[in-house]
Amino acid sequence: MVAAPPARVRSHGPIAFGRDTVLITHRHLLRMWRTPQIMVLSAIMPIMFVLLFRYVFGGSIRVPGYTSYVDFLIPGILVQTVIFGASSTAVGLADDVSKGVTDRFRSLPIHRGAILAARTLADVMRLTYTVALLIGVGLLVGFRMHTDVLSVLAGLGIAVFFGYACSWLFALLALAVRDTETAQLAAFLVTFPFVFAASTFTSTAMMPPWLRTFADAQPVTKVADALRALMEGTGSASGPALSALIWSAGILIVASSLATWRFRRI
Amino acid sequence: MSDPPIITAEALVKSFGSTVALAGVDLEVERGTVLGLLGRNGAGKTTLVRILSTLLAPDVGHARIAGADVVRDAQTVRSRIGLAGQFAAVDETLTGRENLELVGRLYGLGRREARARAGEVLDRLTLATAADRLVLTYSGGMRRRLDLGASLIGRPLVLIMDEPTTGLDPGTRIELWKFIDELVREGTTLLLTTQYLEEADRLADRIAVIERGRMIATGSPSELKQRVGGDVLEVRSANFGDLDRLVTLLSGLGSGPPVADVRGQRVTLPVSDRVSTLFAAARRIEESSIEIDDLSLRRPSLDDVFLALTSPGRPAESGTPTSPRNGHSAYERVVA
Repeated sequence: MVAAPPARVRSHGPIAFGRDTVLITHRHLLRMWRTPQIMVLSAIMPIMFVLLFRYVFGGSIRVPGYTSYVDFLIPGILVQTVIFGASSTAVGLADDVSKGVTDRFRSLPIHRGAILAARTLADVMRLTYTVALLIGVGLLVGFRMHTDVLSVLAGLGIAVFFGYACSWLFALLALAVRDTETAQLAAFLVTFPFVFAASTFTSTAMMPPWLRTFADAQPVTKVADALRALMEGTGSASGPALSALIWSAGILIVASSLATWRFRRI
Repeated sequence: MSDPPIITAEALVKSFGSTVALAGVDLEVERGTVLGLLGRNGAGKTTLVRILSTLLAPDVGHARIAGADVVRDAQTVRSRIGLAGQFAAVDETLTGRENLELVGRLYGLGRREARARAGEVLDRLTLATAADRLVLTYSGGMRRRLDLGASLIGRPLVLIMDEPTTGLDPGTRIELWKFIDELVREGTTLLLTTQYLEEADRLADRIAVIERGRMIATGSPSELKQRVGGDVLEVRSANFGDLDRLVTLLSGLGSGPPVADVRGQRVTLPVSDRVSTLFAAARRIEESSIEIDDLSLRRPSLDDVFLALTSPGRPAESGTPTSPRNGHSAYERVVA
């Protein structure tokens, strides 16, 4: 005989969503904690970019309005870091989908939204750690902020929020390709033009007009400019900050809706 | 009063693009029984399992588990089933216990309840000593057991297992069969898919054979064996290329048409009149100068049933011999 009654159905509403999200996020964080090599390696890349641009290329890059290139560089690398950090969502989710972990979760009486919410939440937590690390390294190599604490925190908040939005974009990508290696490669290819054809490493003013048009219009430049305004005090911050927030919110809404829709069909 | 079937499916259709995975499948499983869903790769087994476990919605048709519709009432279904998939969907960087506790909590159990339940299931699956080791250190068989354990945490009324023993070594497979036996003794209804006839024969009360998205036969293992007719004459050919000729040669001798099995390099023929058919076959083979390795009479196996059922244009009941077809693909009906 099947003695006990089956587990109760309690899969709707915000409480179930919150509870299930926390449970699955905990699982993801535990995984990260137990694979420290990934945490270390994912921190090394932004640090290498800092060193590369600070000491190898930095000497020959002049940005109008900045006496010290490192003050221009670090906000740019912050944006790059949150995007690369967010791309780990693509790999993590594709891995869970291809290994059947997602099927296991989906066959349980849990809130459906919790699976993707937990994935992106865990990734944004990891990304916040990388951001903190990067600021530390920046300070060591001469980066200085020239505004108040609140503005700096607002800037970091925008960076992390943008990263969170991108994380959903990469979740969508993972659901589209499913295979882990494809997801990794696709994430890199998608990321590359946005990160480099932007004000990440240098002013867009030096780019040829066609490239500059693209670079000035795309979100990475918007976010990098907002960070610079908020951390370095270069010009008014409200315009760039608003623009960065609108972009991030737009990406978040569109990507999370599409990813959720797509998730029902895998 | 007899209970209504615990699993029912009516006219399920599911296509992926232009590929029809299920072309109208009906299914009923009685409470407390084991249904073996038998079919080769791509026959539609996994699609059916995914629909029944709410992972996929059918294009057409309905399915119910313990009265709950798998689409409209998916969450109720999820609380009543346990799913063990083709891959061991357990987390390598968590311990066995952590894996099961997480699943328990996601079933809605409290922290303490989940811990107790995980402990029970670990004992049950003889994983207690490995419970606090990372799954990374587990063998393939242990992982599969843990995956089965995860599907038991919620005390499911219906356990759905998609090829539970694929890729396991024979010893581990038998071990897993024993666990399945125990569960069934306790009253769990089980739907399991398999490519292994032996497994279906060993575990299932009823077998449903699925081929190209359709149920082509259902019945108990012995009923299905009877459909092949009495005994089976088996001729093992010495040369691969002679299978076609043997089929032609043996046509009309038995109680049904001869069937070629490419992998086994043999032709089987259902027979009712044992001895005279054996003599007749031996005579024809000798006259034909086809070289054979073996000629024998035996009881039918599920293998024969499957081969007979899945031979296009050759229903197992029919006693009419069919002429052999040209081309090799006609004989590629091998159960992998």
